[in-house]
Amino acid sequence: MSRVPLEKKVLSENDRIAGELRTRWREHGISCFNLISSPGAGKTTLLERTLEGFPRGERVAVLTGDIQTDNDARRLARFGFPVRQITTGGACHLDARMVERALANWRLAELDLLLIENVGNLVCPASYDLGEAAKIVVLSVTEGDDKPLKYPAIFFRAELLVLSKIDLLPYVPFNLTSARENALRVHPGMEILELSSTTGEGLGDWRCWLEARRRAARAARTG
Amino acid sequence: MHELSIANSILDAVRAEAGRRPGARFRKVGVRVGELAGVEPEALSFCFDSLVRGTELEPLALEIESCPRRQRCSKCDRTFQVVDFEVTCPGCGATDTQFMSGTELEMAYLELEET
Repeated sequence: MSRVPLEKKVLSENDRIAGELRTRWREHGISCFNLISSPGAGKTTLLERTLEGFPRGERVAVLTGDIQTDNDARRLARFGFPVRQITTGGACHLDARMVERALANWRLAELDLLLIENVGNLVCPASYDLGEAAKIVVLSVTEGDDKPLKYPAIFFRAELLVLSKIDLLPYVPFNLTSARENALRVHPGMEILELSSTTGEGLGDWRCWLEARRRAARAARTG
Repeated sequence: MHELSIANSILDAVRAEAGRRPGARFRKVGVRVGELAGVEPEALSFCFDSLVRGTELEPLALEIESCPRRQRCSKCDRTFQVVDFEVTCPGCGATDTQFMSGTELEMAYLELEET
């Protein structure tokens, strides 16, 4: 019996495609963000409010992943920006190849912001690089404030935590301070925003965050 | 349950290696899984065994090495294992520590018999 070393990432094929996507986006000065949360945390509604706030002609597009249905794509297409649904047919996460396929025939030169809404799942999407500039994790206040401790992989990898549905705080036992502390225990220095897509509170900070990242990506454009 | 696709990726790598080593019998594949990899070792083993059963790779076994999160202290340079998310340096008490490892999801080795 002999043992041969096999130093290789298990998801090396996914990482290779993600690397190619990242290069293409850098060429075009595109900022890509990968939104991840459990089902029902408010990703689609946050994207609706985000698209609604953009002027016509804004260079933004959305890819939205679900196991079944194109309901989210239909909700998001109302705002007149390019939206494409990725239906995974059972897979609990998006991978880089799905994103690559979904991008076929899209004119990247017309974009500088690509928002990817992952399949609602706080576990599996954490492992897959989609070539994004940053992962963003959305946690709604109707969930537990200890979620960062229960699902550390995603809270560690995400650059930004969005605490959503804060208009519901008076009605739920969620403790904002604990949620922040738990997130910072898992990921010291993590950026955190609080918002409500219903009342609009905090949406300004969210837009500022996106704009700052977009400006930086445009400035770093290589193409 | 992405452990099934992870197990598939491991088997793809084993089959690629098998193509390069005709006649070899693979016995075991070793992988490293970090505590922040987002992969459940038990679920991965279950999926791996299910995929191997009844194929030419049987009785290939999977050995998982679980890797804890490690940080390095920026002040005293000590590398330490993080327990219960405590990233303060246990040596000098500094809070400025850098993430070193814990997100691994890597193939480590293959054990085989060459005939």
